[in-house]
Amino acid sequence: MFSNFDFNVIVRTLPYLFFEGMRFTLTLTAMATLGGVVLGTLLAMMRMSGRPLLPGVAASYSNLMRSLPLVLVIFWFYFLIPYVGQWVTGGSRPIAVGAFMSAFVTFTLFEAAYFSEIMRAGIQSVSRGQAAAGYALGLTYWQVMGHIVLPQAFRNMLPVLLTQTIILFQDTSLVYVLSITDFLGAASKIAQRDGRLVEMYLFAAVVYFLISFALSRVVKRLQTETAIPH
Amino acid sequence: MNYNWNWGIFWQPSPEGTGTYFDMLLSGLKWTIITAACAWFIALVLGSMIGILRTLPSRIANIIGTGYVELFRNIPLLVQLFLWYFVLPELVPRSMGLWLKQLPNAAFYTAFIGIGLYMSARVAEQVRAGINALPRGQALAGKALGLTVAQTYLYVLLPMAFRIILPPLTSEFLNTIKNTSVALTIGLLELTGRARSMQEFSFQVFEAFTAATLLYLLINAVVVLAMRAVERSVSVPGYSAGR
Repeated sequence: MFSNFDFNVIVRTLPYLFFEGMRFTLTLTAMATLGGVVLGTLLAMMRMSGRPLLPGVAASYSNLMRSLPLVLVIFWFYFLIPYVGQWVTGGSRPIAVGAFMSAFVTFTLFEAAYFSEIMRAGIQSVSRGQAAAGYALGLTYWQVMGHIVLPQAFRNMLPVLLTQTIILFQDTSLVYVLSITDFLGAASKIAQRDGRLVEMYLFAAVVYFLISFALSRVVKRLQTETAIPH
Repeated sequence: MNYNWNWGIFWQPSPEGTGTYFDMLLSGLKWTIITAACAWFIALVLGSMIGILRTLPSRIANIIGTGYVELFRNIPLLVQLFLWYFVLPELVPRSMGLWLKQLPNAAFYTAFIGIGLYMSARVAEQVRAGINALPRGQALAGKALGLTVAQTYLYVLLPMAFRIILPPLTSEFLNTIKNTSVALTIGLLELTGRARSMQEFSFQVFEAFTAATLLYLLINAVVVLAMRAVERSVSVPGYSAGR
């Protein structure tokens, strides 16, 4: 069954797969994680602010995003961003946004909804007394958040944040629907050009598995290290 | 924004000639629901078995269970679907491969089996967590009563474990529904795929995606309400009073 398995095609295309494909996958994962965590933290803070309107807006946003399939959201933003760009810049025609840029914006905005739920749990994990003590010392809201609550929230949620990053890493493969050359896109292009579907898709699966598995081991170690000993 | 809105587009005939664009989206909705239901059946049955394997007092069972979960959890769903759809027919004997390739509705079978297996790993994790959340004394009490391992699971552990994990199972079911959209890459004509083809035929992109969005929200609402009713009807009085 593996008699005509062509390892050569993998070796031959390794530079393309990794320097073109995997580089994009990793860049997208890193940027969307960074942007998603920042935006998600702001959403969580809005949601817990107790001001009028803000909690409702944040909750609706994160519930809407989490109710929709990522593929649909990718399509939504791919077509919506040019019009939003036109509206922002006041141009006369929808601005041209590349598939790359569109993917970055989509993943950041989409993952922010998931990160906001994680950060909400993280902020709730810090006892209210600590924030109260901060205010009693005369600290402002941003000082209390920045120096007392958020550092602990991040620390407590680090394993969960990393798990979400692994999911995000796997989800980036869905940019395939925009014909972007991410790792899977690169493998798929070679597979179709050379008629080597078996080799390329199996290789892609192995690479995704190894990276996700290694990262999940790291998460497991973090969990045992940061766990409060009983 | 100079976009030509045309909400009447839904009532115009689609180029497929089998009805309006609205009918086209509804048929997508139908396939989304059927695929999700079949996938969820596989996920629930297999996931429960694998989850139980991981809690059994047997090293081999644990290793098999863990290996299964790690394998299906660490490969993106899209790649798994490609493996089932494009790679499997090449690896099996030639005649069987040909049969697989000529199967009518191959995208549907691939989608629900592939998504089912992918989700089963997640369900397994929930089932394991549910069983582990029970006090150790329950399994020991079953043993003391002279129940076999199978009886302990069937009559003591599982009924409570499944009640505990109902809320996370609801979200896994919702994930199953959302994940069916990935199958548009192998040609399944589900809701997102239908909205996309409506956009390609009619150029009314935002109407098409708005309709798909509303339909997804509708499915979500129905599932959440139904599962809440299930939770209420199976809850054991007094058990979760502390929470």
